[in-house]
Amino acid sequence: MTLHWVDYAIMLLYFAFVLGIGAMLRRYVHTSEDFFLSGRSIPAWVTGLAFISANLGAQEVIGMGASGAKYGIATSHFYWVGAIPAMVFVGLFMMPFYYGSRARSVPEYLKLRFDEKTRAVNAISFAVMTVFSSGISLYAMGKLLNLLLGWSFDASILVAGGIVLGYIFLGGLTSAIYNEVLQFFLIVFGFAPLVFLGLRDVGGWTGLSARLAEHATATGFAAGAYTRSWAFMGNASANPVGVEWFGLVMGLGFVLSFGYWCTDFLVVQRAMAANSMTAARRTPLIAALPKMCFPFLVILPGMLALVVSASSGVRPRPPLEGAPAVSATAAAAPAAPAPGDPAPASLPPARGIVPPKIDARTGQPVLDARGRVVLDYDLATPMMLVHFFPAGLLGLGLTALLASFMSGMAGNVTAFNTVWTYDLYQSYVRPGAADSHYLAMGRFATVFGVAISIAAAYVAASFNNIMDFLQLVFAFVNAPLFATFALGMFWPRATGHGAFTGLLSGTLAAAVHHGISLPAGAHVGVKGGYLGVLTTYPSELAQTFWTAIAAWVTCFVVTIVVSSFTQPRPAEALRGLVYGLTPKPTDDVKQWYERPGTLAVIVLTLTLALNLIFF
Amino acid sequence: MGIDLRLPVGTLFALLGLLLTVYGAATRGQPGTEPTGVPINLIWGVVLVAFGLWMLLLARRARRAPSSTP
Repeated sequence: MTLHWVDYAIMLLYFAFVLGIGAMLRRYVHTSEDFFLSGRSIPAWVTGLAFISANLGAQEVIGMGASGAKYGIATSHFYWVGAIPAMVFVGLFMMPFYYGSRARSVPEYLKLRFDEKTRAVNAISFAVMTVFSSGISLYAMGKLLNLLLGWSFDASILVAGGIVLGYIFLGGLTSAIYNEVLQFFLIVFGFAPLVFLGLRDVGGWTGLSARLAEHATATGFAAGAYTRSWAFMGNASANPVGVEWFGLVMGLGFVLSFGYWCTDFLVVQRAMAANSMTAARRTPLIAALPKMCFPFLVILPGMLALVVSASSGVRPRPPLEGAPAVSATAAAAPAAPAPGDPAPASLPPARGIVPPKIDARTGQPVLDARGRVVLDYDLATPMMLVHFFPAGLLGLGLTALLASFMSGMAGNVTAFNTVWTYDLYQSYVRPGAADSHYLAMGRFATVFGVAISIAAAYVAASFNNIMDFLQLVFAFVNAPLFATFALGMFWPRATGHGAFTGLLSGTLAAAVHHGISLPAGAHVGVKGGYLGVLTTYPSELAQTFWTAIAAWVTCFVVTIVVSSFTQPRPAEALRGLVYGLTPKPTDDVKQWYERPGTLAVIVLTLTLALNLIFF
Repeated sequence: MGIDLRLPVGTLFALLGLLLTVYGAATRGQPGTEPTGVPINLIWGVVLVAFGLWMLLLARRARRAPSSTP
């Protein structure tokens, strides 16, 4: 499909502003601290919005839409069980140590609290992960724009990469943060009309529930399985997610979410840029308020894509290059499906406007191990844009999509250049140079960070499995992290040797657990089972959650055991780094409702209410 | 630091909204512009303009009454 001039005008206007912000901020960057930490001078509402926007990359917008189509409203657990409690925790309990220790990065905190080798492990794995993550995201963007609009893959990723490079190179972290706020608003205003039009089309939430109930019963679940988030969590086979409440709360809610939101420098860096301790603590709490509404913005489009009729939008049959038309004969009479079968082969290959996944080599729909057609859920949200948005609004929607790719990439690049310059270059390559040298290195790191991302995007384009494999390794590395930080911040006795051994054995435990388990319907290989299939899970998510639990528990236990046998650091060396040895932070706020504690209560109450409403 | 972020945000959204409103008004009623019967370009353009102006208003107020934080 082709775009109208008005769509291009909207995109160009956005690009001009993004680069303009970078150019305007250039004159405020004098020191490396200005470049990497925004001189710790940004108000809380700005860092708060940037905190969620840096994470609001393609994985979120496209991925949550995909999960919405796949699992229904239960995807909201990623927010209402996962992200929000973790964000409250990092704001209330962990930020005093991150911000108060004056560490310039998360790995640097590990060095202050533990030792050099623990920092090195975290810095190296983090640096590698960030550039590859932004590469994967670039690749996804190039592929999507090529499929949707027929744009050149090369041009798409070079232009997007170039713009991100431009504004970070000029204005450093401040520029990334300011643009993330711009991107946040753009994503909200770009996707809100999609939800409005989609809901209007299917008859509101009631209409959506009725249509999804049909879909649920056709796939062997109870009628409310796609529209109620908790009711069917008692048994893994009763809900489309394929996981029961314990695996969900422990694996996703505790290990994975706390591991990400509390230890990932990509998000923590935004809070570190805040202009005071209170502002730093309020950053994740302010972020939590819009974050808890995101399910309506990013998950609902996916759920809607599954049930809107293909003829209701402005472009009744969106032409997808490379995707074969779905023949009517494929819609044979559905046989009685087994419970827990998400998509029996007897159902028509396309659902709503979600097309089947096409194998790039054969041009045929992809089948899983049970011979069923796999839907291309990643196209759920993009197809909704194309389906409902007329010229004009389509430009806004696509710009919002581009903004999400860019904010995610910028988050990765700014975290990379900081960790590279402070934790690797300054620590191991060239310590003791003048500050201007590190500022120049930061700018240079931005250039090669973007260059490696682009190279990684091409690697992803040629070897798809390599990227799956890398993401798997990242998951293994990340899963045990929260155990290390929790023990480090709240148990003075934890030692560097303990943390280091704990991290490595946690990662190993994740790899082993993944190697002996397999999700139902998957092939042995990158999905698991390479050490022999000892156990199977109903879904990939269930396997992921339990892998994380195994890693966390192993890291936690090993850290405690090894710490007990090794020499702890004296208490005075841990002042400002560990709970109980650090004076409680005081709140410098004018109003009672600005206090971090009050905000936390408000956030948790609202989250509880959302869980109950969609129970 | 430096610039009040509400200025560029407000300006961008006011301009985007203006573009959508004018385009929406000019193409009103043409086939393929009103999914599910709503002149969405026009409506959303007005919403964006309103948001942009509100941001600019906030920025202007903050400049007139300088806050205690530098």
